[in-house]
Amino acid sequence: MGSQFWIIQAFNGVSYGALLFLVGAGLSLIFGVMRIVNLSHGSYFLLGGYVALSVIHGTGSWALSLPVAALAIAAVGIVMERLFLRSGGALARVRDAVIAFGIALVFRLMVGRILPQMIPGPLGSIIQLALITAIIAVPVYVLLRRISAIPIESDVLRQVLLTVGFAFLFQQAALDIWGGNNMDINPPTELTQSIVVGGIYLPLYRVFMIGMAIAIGILLWLVMEKTRMGAAVRATVDDAQMARGVGIDTNRISMFIFALGAFLAALGGVIGGAFLGIYPGLDFEMLPLAFAVVIIGGMGSLGGAAIGALAVGLADNFGKALFPEVSYFTLYAPMVLILAIKPTGLFGRD
Amino acid sequence: MISGQQIKILIVIAALAALALIVPHSGSFVILLATRAMAFAILAMSVDLLLGFTGLSSMGQAAYFGVGAYLTAVLATKLHFGLGWDFWLVVIMGILIGAALAAFFGLFAIRAGGVYFLMITLALGQCVWGLAYRWNSLTGGDNGINLNGRPNFGLDLGNEVTFFYLVFAFFAVSMALMYLLVRSPFGQSLAGIRERELRMQILGYNTWLHKYIAFIIAGGFGGLAGVLWAHTNGHVSPETVVLTTSVDSLLMVVLGGAGTLVGATIGTAIVFGLREYLSTLVPWWQYVLGGVYVLTILYLPMGLMGILTHIGQRFEFKSKSERMKKLATKPS
Repeated sequence: MGSQFWIIQAFNGVSYGALLFLVGAGLSLIFGVMRIVNLSHGSYFLLGGYVALSVIHGTGSWALSLPVAALAIAAVGIVMERLFLRSGGALARVRDAVIAFGIALVFRLMVGRILPQMIPGPLGSIIQLALITAIIAVPVYVLLRRISAIPIESDVLRQVLLTVGFAFLFQQAALDIWGGNNMDINPPTELTQSIVVGGIYLPLYRVFMIGMAIAIGILLWLVMEKTRMGAAVRATVDDAQMARGVGIDTNRISMFIFALGAFLAALGGVIGGAFLGIYPGLDFEMLPLAFAVVIIGGMGSLGGAAIGALAVGLADNFGKALFPEVSYFTLYAPMVLILAIKPTGLFGRD
Repeated sequence: MISGQQIKILIVIAALAALALIVPHSGSFVILLATRAMAFAILAMSVDLLLGFTGLSSMGQAAYFGVGAYLTAVLATKLHFGLGWDFWLVVIMGILIGAALAAFFGLFAIRAGGVYFLMITLALGQCVWGLAYRWNSLTGGDNGINLNGRPNFGLDLGNEVTFFYLVFAFFAVSMALMYLLVRSPFGQSLAGIRERELRMQILGYNTWLHKYIAFIIAGGFGGLAGVLWAHTNGHVSPETVVLTTSVDSLLMVVLGGAGTLVGATIGTAIVFGLREYLSTLVPWWQYVLGGVYVLTILYLPMGLMGILTHIGQRFEFKSKSERMKKLATKPS
């Protein structure tokens, strides 16, 4: 084990940390603003990778797949936050309608196999499907409207469990749409070369990852520190009730942050897909790592997420290289210690 | 006159008796399914002990389940221990190792409350998963450990009906013990902590110690569930301790209704039924499972048992108001 080994491992650790920063930063901000642990964050990562694969397949452009995947998953995040993690207002009607429609679709899938075609003609089957769906959806909708459950905002555990339910739904959706094979995202050839620094070959792609993470980190930092919106976010992280009191629309902030978190996670999925691969199960593999980042760094803190990501990236790489048998233990045990000593993480505020 | 609580107990006993009488006469698919569900239900009830009765949302219960399962598998394959009458020793060891691990983890976890508790238990669960996944020489890594056959001590547990009865007995006894626990004064003070911890502290209760003991007991039951699970499946792998196992057990409790041991069991039965049965029928079964979770959490915060309570209350309310009407119309 010469100095070369240490330098290469450190470089790999830092570049992995760069990827983890993208995933962890969003998770951290979401926790800071909404006080919920988003357990579908790993799914955003995976879905981002899959959407990018489709974009690359369709257009052949890797550069285009980055923004498209990130924006698409950000939209998924917004829908999830608006419709399901909030319960008030007109959107509750939309949510109930969406759910009623979903239930009707599932029933239609079951019934549709048994039922013969009753309306003749080429359009008959489509009309019949629409009719059956409507016949089921309307009473379900009415029933759902009548149920007056306790608002979900008041219960953190329910919100957290809801995100798990969505993680399962996303998992199945990804399996249905993109299949169960391990796929690779191939970045353009300009990025797959290596550069030589001081006699050591460094893959350019990993250098790109680090650069990307630094650029995004600086951008996020500028937004948080220098803009009005950023100040409102910071105020919400510190004390949501107080922020509402001084007229900050925390509701809109939480939507913005949720979208941003999904955006960053999906971006991470596209970038990370090139060397991790994209496969079913990746979602629940990334999730604990993103957790480790947030916990070590402190929840709701961007700088903390950066340090946490670096620490987890390095610990993961050196752990696997030096003590393969206990490598995950060396990753999660420090996390437990930090949580036990300072529950809000190293840089989190109470 | 028997009270409402006694009626409920009688219903549960009747349901259990029906289960024990009917299932062995069905096909081996159903027997294995019921055995697996009952072993897992012990874990779900241990989660409920924390979530429903103490107000602690544990996201790492698979850890105790996992050590119990791995203990059984390692002893059986490496030392050929626990395949005869010494199976009972393994059961005791499984309970003890689950409780001991919980006693250790509890030192870190109990300090925190709410979401932080959830995250610490998740991290602790990941520690155990990481060891199971990577410690190849002991755990067989990703491939896990295959057990060759179940214990035989006069009773041949290789026979699936015999094994079903054994797991059934453990399940019924666990349920009874946990029921006695939550009805005991200790259980009542746990409920007090769940409702308002500060008030309990002011009343002079050592709430930390109460929660710590509940955590250890839940760990012990988790270990027991793990021992049974290892022999039910005949295979132990990191899948046993993975995050989704913990999440599943938590969701089962919420689905059935937190704070009711019966609810945890019903939740387990539904999830196992949906997963094992529906997956043979349609490829998109996970939509149904995910959908059921989402619907329960959104619309039935008290779980399926909440519907029963709701109906019960309505019925009581109705009969009460009718009595009031009768009283009002009675000529005086």
